[in-house]
Amino acid sequence: MSAIMLMLRREMLLAYRRKIDLINPLLFFMMVVTLFPLGVTPDLEKLSMLAPGIIWVAALLSTLLSLDMMFRNDYDDGSLEQILLSAKSVEGLVLAKIIAHWMVTGLPLTLMSPMLGMMLSLPQRAMIALMASLAVGTLALSMLGAVGAALTVGLRKGGLLLALLVMPLFIPVLIFGASSVAGAAQAIEFWAQIAYIGAIALGAASFVPWLTGVALRISVNN
Amino acid sequence: MWKWIQKWGSPKWFYQMSWNWSLTLGVISALLMTVGIIWGLGFAPQDYQQGNSFRIIYIHVPSAIVAEACYMMMASLGAISIIWKLKMASMVLKSIAPIGAIFSLIALITGAVWGKPTWGAWWVWDARITSMLILMFLYLGVIALYHVMENEQSADKSAAVLTIIGVVNIPIIKYSVNWWNTLHQPATFKLTEKPAMPAEMWIPLVLMIFGVYAFFLAQMFIRSRSEILIRERKASWVKEEISRMTGA
Repeated sequence: MSAIMLMLRREMLLAYRRKIDLINPLLFFMMVVTLFPLGVTPDLEKLSMLAPGIIWVAALLSTLLSLDMMFRNDYDDGSLEQILLSAKSVEGLVLAKIIAHWMVTGLPLTLMSPMLGMMLSLPQRAMIALMASLAVGTLALSMLGAVGAALTVGLRKGGLLLALLVMPLFIPVLIFGASSVAGAAQAIEFWAQIAYIGAIALGAASFVPWLTGVALRISVNN
Repeated sequence: MWKWIQKWGSPKWFYQMSWNWSLTLGVISALLMTVGIIWGLGFAPQDYQQGNSFRIIYIHVPSAIVAEACYMMMASLGAISIIWKLKMASMVLKSIAPIGAIFSLIALITGAVWGKPTWGAWWVWDARITSMLILMFLYLGVIALYHVMENEQSADKSAAVLTIIGVVNIPIIKYSVNWWNTLHQPATFKLTEKPAMPAEMWIPLVLMIFGVYAFFLAQMFIRSRSEILIRERKASWVKEEISRMTGA
């Protein structure tokens, strides 16, 4: 357990020292959301209908963008090999890295989402659903995306491939997430969808660390 | 048991045996598909609602079924190649990925052609169509991975990992997409029920399904054989085989 806590602390410290990596996904999130009123319509009524989908797609894309960084720096400076060689279970350390990734991308996104929701005139009553679904949903995205990040970390131009590999896996999370927010906006019960996302995240937690470990060994031996 | 697995894992044995298998399956599939397509397109009765346009079912349904089965097969091969490290499993996995992608493309195109007269639009965002599209994306991801990875061994292992995580996700994707929107007619066949259509309509469909399956397997053996020749090109039996084929 202490190894996992140490890993989490190390990741947090690294993220804090490289603040720009923390801020970039958030900026990207905001900019993508800004494109929609410009590209579709500034009409607030229509935007409020589209808001759940827009915010969720933007959050998904910005998580996707940050996935590449999950193992990249550790791969470049060789600490990934040390992690794989360590006597502690690789799966636990991988899980710690995934949780750390969520804490530096998914969690800030969640905290920022009500502001963007207001800018798109999402009804007040949908804000809880928005935050709850994003909090659980970005964790699920970090889990599923970790396998893709591990597979492509050894490739020099892995970014686009990573997006192609993991985007189909993100679709269920997007569907449940956006529909929970849209439901809440119409004052419909929305916790069921969030429970589904939670189930996806927990299910992924059971096999993703193992598969990510396998994928990391492939990338390091390449 | 172990001997049997070892035999299947040997590229040489596979190469020697698979010629007859692919030939047999090819002949069977040609027979079944010829009978099925002539019967289905020419002689099966018209649908009372959709008229003649329903006849595309004889291509649409078999290719959709094989496209889905192919991914299940890829995932099983991926698991075999990760757990038991059989060389043959990864070769077959690599060979069938493009076949599956093509079959899902055929299912989508025939679906679009069928949708135009039935729903009045080439493309509708319906659950089963969308899941098929996502399935095609999953295939294309696997193919892209093979193209990007230069090292053969890591490409094999990566593709195996990707197909495993894909297959875990397929039920979730199907379920979520179903929940999201449903317009498509329900599955044509269920194993547990008698088909709702008359026998003259479903017998040619069954023939076509088995025919396309046989075609898929024949193609799988043919493509795996050339994969074996490429990968084992340094083995002495492959050199002999090549000089025998080229007559040199």
